[in-house]
Amino acid sequence: MTGTIDPTVVNLVVFVLAVFVGYHVIWNVTPALHTPLMSVTNAISSVIIVGAILAAGPAEVDFGSAMGAVAVGLAAINVAGGFLVTKRMLAMFKKKPRVEKAAEKK
Amino acid sequence: MSANLVALWYLAASVCFILALKGLSSPESARRGNVFGIAGMTIAVVTTLAIVARGRLDLILIAMVIGGMIGSFVSRRVEMTQMPELVAAMHSLVGMAAVLIAVAVVNNPGAFGEHDPLPRVNRFELFIGSFVGAVTFSGSVIAFGKLAGLGKKFRLFSSAPVVFRGQHPLNLVLALVMIGFGFAFFLAEGKAWTPFLAMLGIAFVLGVLIIIPIGGADMPVVISMLNSYSGWAAAGIGFSLNNTMLIIAGSLVGSSGAILSYIMCKAMNRSFFSVILGGFGAAEGATAADAAQKTVKSGSAEDAAFLLSNAESVVIVPGYGLAVARAQHAVKEMAQKLIAKGVSVRYAIHPVAGRMPGHMNVLLAEAEVPYDQVFEMEDINSEFGTTDVVLVLGANDVVNPLAHEKGSPIYGMPIIEANKARTVLVNKRSMAAGYAGLDNPLFYMDKTMMVFGDAKKVVEDMVKAID
Repeated sequence: MTGTIDPTVVNLVVFVLAVFVGYHVIWNVTPALHTPLMSVTNAISSVIIVGAILAAGPAEVDFGSAMGAVAVGLAAINVAGGFLVTKRMLAMFKKKPRVEKAAEKK
Repeated sequence: MSANLVALWYLAASVCFILALKGLSSPESARRGNVFGIAGMTIAVVTTLAIVARGRLDLILIAMVIGGMIGSFVSRRVEMTQMPELVAAMHSLVGMAAVLIAVAVVNNPGAFGEHDPLPRVNRFELFIGSFVGAVTFSGSVIAFGKLAGLGKKFRLFSSAPVVFRGQHPLNLVLALVMIGFGFAFFLAEGKAWTPFLAMLGIAFVLGVLIIIPIGGADMPVVISMLNSYSGWAAAGIGFSLNNTMLIIAGSLVGSSGAILSYIMCKAMNRSFFSVILGGFGAAEGATAADAAQKTVKSGSAEDAAFLLSNAESVVIVPGYGLAVARAQHAVKEMAQKLIAKGVSVRYAIHPVAGRMPGHMNVLLAEAEVPYDQVFEMEDINSEFGTTDVVLVLGANDVVNPLAHEKGSPIYGMPIIEANKARTVLVNKRSMAAGYAGLDNPLFYMDKTMMVFGDAKKVVEDMVKAID
């Protein structure tokens, strides 16, 4: 066996291992947090923004980089929206001192 | 920055994403997890910006600021009942971004450090990433329309399944044609716009056709499935750009969505394929017809309040009807009053209570129900035998004992065993059947008392009556 490993093979190795990691990590997520899980995975899959940045990157603006810029905008909506709405939801799951809090409001 | 350094920063970002998901194993660690997620994203974006530092940074930053502002505005304004719509809309954005990036790659592979023209292997990967992205986009748009209730204006968004003759053969033919164009794109010399765009066009149509036959009750599965697709689309783009971080993040999201789809299907006792092929609820409608003869006991909110305050243990079973009536806060107030009287109050949540996985938990959390009072179905089911009163609010199919009877359409579906409690109180607006179109024997049991009316009104009356 000689020669260098094709990048596609490396990608495949990474992919298979990542699916295994994903499988085990996700089964550990408590069902109560499945909605925040969805919103945070949404934000995480928006890491596709790095591809969009590369597309929009060239110094010369053409059709492709315009597409890239639009993609950056779309992905940025998700990044900001995904993480912030997750934060908002998780804040609701805070343990609160129940009785005192109710008294405060009145 | 050298390529090695970039790869190492991307590795750090990938680890952050894994930690973000790991944090969700408990509410305490989840907030820290989200911080990891944000850190990972920041590392990824800053590293990539450094790569293109000599290019049009202004264009990129303007797009990021505009997108970020829209995102944060929406995240502040969205109601918790609208989470399914928001998530569907966000899936569509990931799908569209994947398509646009694929177009940019075909246009100028050099910008991504690829050979020009694009090598065959990368074309194959690009084909997968872009068609999954296109299906995710148009499918999510339809799912969004269905969830947002746009069905009245456009039949395409109808929450009832849209089915027509020859639907499945048509989908199959379209899929084959799409793969054909993908193959042509793979083999062609030069930029090969024609097969690429034809393939994309068909993928958009397919996304629509796949989602329209799926009925409103199956929405939790659809959202999870599209969640999964959006991840695979990101992973596919990662492959074609040789970007390991994108592959890792995409695979994490892809497997997350797949697992959620599996959990939802199991909770509804439906096979994944029967959901995809659609049409649930249309065939079983007839069974609800013979309900009229049987009699139910019905009582007032005051009667219910009396039973509740004299019980030792109460379990509340909330369904989506509760969220629609915006009764969460009233329920929480009632629970507090009961707890103050020494009654033990707990909540039992079915996995498909709500319109997406975990939806009901969020709705209760929003009403400041402490999460240690909230139990998952399998954790609380064994305790109904010793429960004095079960209060079912706006739920139907998930407490239907027919699920234990062979031959019923929902046989085998896991249910909350409310029928085992000593007394059952059910609040519903009318005797109409649930999503499954089935009659519910629970309502006719001797120990069951129905309290008809809007959930919010009824619970508020109960709160007044408990003293």
